[in-house]
Amino acid sequence: MTMTDWSKQLFDDLVEAGVTLFSYVPDAGNKKLIEHVSARNDTTAVLLTTEEEGVAICAGADLVGRRSVVCMQSSGVGNVPNFLSFVKGGNFPILMIVSMRGDYGEQNPWQYPMGQAVEPILTAMGVGIVKVDSLDDLRPATQAALSAVFAAGQSTAIVLTQRFLGAKQF
Amino acid sequence: MRQATLDRRDVLARIFPNPERYLFISGLAGPARDTAGLTNDGANTFTMAGAMGAATTVGLGVALSAPDRKVAVVTGDGELLMNIGSLVTVASMAPPNLTIVCIDNGCHGETGGQTGHTSRTANLEQIARGAGIASSSVVETEADLDKAAAFLEEMPGPRFIQVRVTDGPPTSYKRNFNMAECRIRFRTAALNTAGG
Repeated sequence: MTMTDWSKQLFDDLVEAGVTLFSYVPDAGNKKLIEHVSARNDTTAVLLTTEEEGVAICAGADLVGRRSVVCMQSSGVGNVPNFLSFVKGGNFPILMIVSMRGDYGEQNPWQYPMGQAVEPILTAMGVGIVKVDSLDDLRPATQAALSAVFAAGQSTAIVLTQRFLGAKQF
Repeated sequence: MRQATLDRRDVLARIFPNPERYLFISGLAGPARDTAGLTNDGANTFTMAGAMGAATTVGLGVALSAPDRKVAVVTGDGELLMNIGSLVTVASMAPPNLTIVCIDNGCHGETGGQTGHTSRTANLEQIARGAGIASSSVVETEADLDKAAAFLEEMPGPRFIQVRVTDGPPTSYKRNFNMAECRIRFRTAALNTAGG
């Protein structure tokens, strides 16, 4: 498999696990994933105005027994902590996909503060982290996250690092 | 702007004469008490006591995931304004089974009655309409309230109703604050109940 179709593998694994509702704030890291969602009739893409809406949508889907994921850039993690109250407070199973900026190879200084805050914020709010640094990591990390969230009820973020995604060039 | 006259404790039962037909999601504080009072904090009700701003998009998640159920969000003016963009997201997805009722008392009643934006310049019904929710209305008189239930039945969803009320107290109701218990209660009932 080449680097160009990893989004399809990720999408297929999520769908196989029963995820049907994909909410997102657009990012280069989730562009192709959302294109796969939009191309099918049995999966739904929800364009958000801000990332915390997606956490709430995951909670709402769970309330009626459906599985959802929220996709965002690392900067968006800074928008979600209050809504992640659903995790510790209610054991809601929240699955997140975070595409990193502000880590390995980043050239934009504005991205570093939130890039460095992703792990402490998620940890503080009770969300586990599985990192993807390479293509070989992707499938096992996805399966680990799906098991944690939907089998064990432990909210988890799949963090796609810039070692995996590559750094944006300016 | 017309002086608000409606008592918030009276409005939900008029808008939802058959609350058992709905799944209710309510935002924190007064709207949660009013909603719990309406349904006797029943299993079709998930009220919040935190995560201010989340009610509308939790309701959207429910509505998109259970398209055969009627879903109602009950929020307040402060809660809605904290994530006002959620109206844009709702309009964009256009779930026909979702209704949003905003109990607008023009102030932050839970924290001491401080003046809110809707007492100054913000018009929530116009914002909802501008977001793209065509079935939007304002309820501020008894006559408006008489028509509200029919509005829900007749107008295509998603729907938005701004209910302008006085700054008096919400319904006195001591609801369950245990989020995990309320999740299980709602989820079990929703999964065991046929649509309709």
